[in-house]
Amino acid sequence: MPRIALFTTCLVDQFFPGVGRAALKLLRRAGCRVEFPPNQTCCGQPFFNMGHREAARPLARRTIEVLRPYDAAVLPSGSCAAMIRVHYPELFRHEPRWQAAALEVGRKTFELSEYLVNVLGRPDAAGRSEGTVTVHDSCHLLRELRIQAEPRTLLRAAGRRIAEMEDAAVCCGFGGAFAVKMGPISGRMLSSKLDRIEAAGAPVVCAGDVSCLMHIGGGLSRRGSAVRAVHVAEIAAEGL
Amino acid sequence: MDVATHRFRENAAAALADEPLQQALAKALRQAESVAAAAAAERADWEDLRARARAMKEEVIDHLDWYLDQFAAQVEARGGTVHWARTAAEARAIVIGLATARGVRLVVKGKSMASEEIDLNPALEAAGIRPVEGDLGEYIVQLAGQPPSHLTTPAIHLARGQIADLFHRVLGVERNEDPDYLCQVARQTLRGLFREAGMGFTGANFAVAETGTIVLHENEGNIRLAATLPRLHVALLGIEKIVPSLTDLAVVMRLLPRASTGQRLTAYTSWITGPRRPDEDDGPDELHVVLLDNGRTRLLADPVARDALRCIRCGACLNACPVFRMLGGHAYGWILPGPIGSVLTPALLGTDRAADLPFASTLCGACRDACPVRIDIPALLLHLRHLIAELPPAPAADAPGGTPPVPLAPLRGALERFAVAFASRILRSPWLFNLSGRMARAFLWPISRAGWVRWIPPPFNAWTRCRDFPLPARQSFRRWWKENAGAGEASGPDFTE
Repeated sequence: MPRIALFTTCLVDQFFPGVGRAALKLLRRAGCRVEFPPNQTCCGQPFFNMGHREAARPLARRTIEVLRPYDAAVLPSGSCAAMIRVHYPELFRHEPRWQAAALEVGRKTFELSEYLVNVLGRPDAAGRSEGTVTVHDSCHLLRELRIQAEPRTLLRAAGRRIAEMEDAAVCCGFGGAFAVKMGPISGRMLSSKLDRIEAAGAPVVCAGDVSCLMHIGGGLSRRGSAVRAVHVAEIAAEGL
Repeated sequence: MDVATHRFRENAAAALADEPLQQALAKALRQAESVAAAAAAERADWEDLRARARAMKEEVIDHLDWYLDQFAAQVEARGGTVHWARTAAEARAIVIGLATARGVRLVVKGKSMASEEIDLNPALEAAGIRPVEGDLGEYIVQLAGQPPSHLTTPAIHLARGQIADLFHRVLGVERNEDPDYLCQVARQTLRGLFREAGMGFTGANFAVAETGTIVLHENEGNIRLAATLPRLHVALLGIEKIVPSLTDLAVVMRLLPRASTGQRLTAYTSWITGPRRPDEDDGPDELHVVLLDNGRTRLLADPVARDALRCIRCGACLNACPVFRMLGGHAYGWILPGPIGSVLTPALLGTDRAADLPFASTLCGACRDACPVRIDIPALLLHLRHLIAELPPAPAADAPGGTPPVPLAPLRGALERFAVAFASRILRSPWLFNLSGRMARAFLWPISRAGWVRWIPPPFNAWTRCRDFPLPARQSFRRWWKENAGAGEASGPDFTE
């Protein structure tokens, strides 16, 4: 039985703990021994993306040390998984020992749907529920980890019908600090994404990253839309 | 043109409020992206071509001095003359010197981004020489007194009705929105000028080192006319345009038109190797090739950012970029807009003049997927962000483009550094992190409704201007874990089969 570290990500921990519980249920149902290493905080991505690498490094070192003892680290987030897998080696470009450690941890770091579907081959770990969802492809999940089918596989395994929206792969305009630094541009991109979501006609929009979901969800709430933004894991774990 | 790269935020706000611009962009750019994707999909070896082009450009960039010497020697061996320009000013002086020495009063131009980069037209006019843009899009923006807004489609920001108005106003012709009519008007006006011009000026898409050939892709024939009809042809090209051999050219010639306009090949492709030879009927008496540095060797010295020198200026990353699609090119403030412009502009003009541009991206990665030479644009943006956030501003002493800018608010930078250091400190302690979540909830709960906060007081209100902010959860995951699923029950039987 593989010993898994559940790295919830800082946003799930403080804002959307239900996503963490859903991930836990799915992984356990798929036969994993799951632990939540209590020393985890943030992977450092916000700072890295803002250019503040000095501020990102201590957080990256902490994350590497926290995840190192496990057989695998699983995250309900494409962008944080991509941070560890793709960007840590760059962050430690001038520190070979940390870079080697980053590569080692990166090899066993997975996004949740990727791990369940591709590594364990257990999309059937999903619960059963009904209804239609539309899927937003989170940018880093799609274009840094190349994961597009896996969240949909999980959702279908959970009994959901998928009504694809137009431009599912176009960014929602979040972009971390971009959302506040370039607020008006971000707002316009969000608005165009919300139009597509509402046109899809599903009561729920799913994504694999809570950062996109808090952006989209915040936009839907502001509009007074009836559509809810829900993480793939929460839909997949319904009925468990 | 005036460099307005330091006013990106204001320019962006104006672009978002410009309804005709929004309409012109929405349709054209989405279509451009989809035809390019279809043209790429047509070739089973697309990824192989991209990989070969990338490797080839890497070879060139690593041995640029050698290939440039080879190219220059080949041009001269075939009767051309090569000029080396370190800066925009030097390049302008060379072109104007060539024109005045021959008494040229009228220059017809093929579309050239290098010409825009060195701001050639105003300098020609100041020297009493009339420049006329031969490319329809460039001709339109020249008439409008605007810079181009896109690398390959310079007038994409204008709707057909606006062009009809412009022609009516400036050329005094009947107002008619029919595209064929507008093309005919431009053609009639330009044809005569091509015959009168003393100099034809072009850029180049590629320069083949082994043969000294310059290669020009276009769809209207204006470049071919400019390069062959007048007695003097001057071609200006950045030093990164080199490809080693004709075999390499065959690779990039397959990539450029497909990525750019979704064409298998442009309607006209000219290979120009030297001026007219004695046994030839057509061609200019003289060919002068001006090789332009203008900051490129400074870019070459940056081991990460130099990757941007692979760019073949196809414009695919612009069409794919969700930010560019909202803004168009003018908001970026200089002639290189969009994702690759946000890398090249600060690198060429100095990071102090364009410090906002690398942040004008969500890092969504659509540009990286669109790039036919596989430039990892988001990685370069991250690199520049790092330089801007953590290193002192780097002005480029020889940077082109007018007066020094208004410095970007230093207070903003200092505040950001403080906030980042503070947040990073808190996140290094799980206890402090959890505590800050509790405090945020305590503060936001009274003003929240159904889990969302509609308004946060300044200076934290940037988020709530366009969307609600989520209320932190009543119980954090780590707290829940401690109470319910603690280490002892880590693999508790409740969920396992």
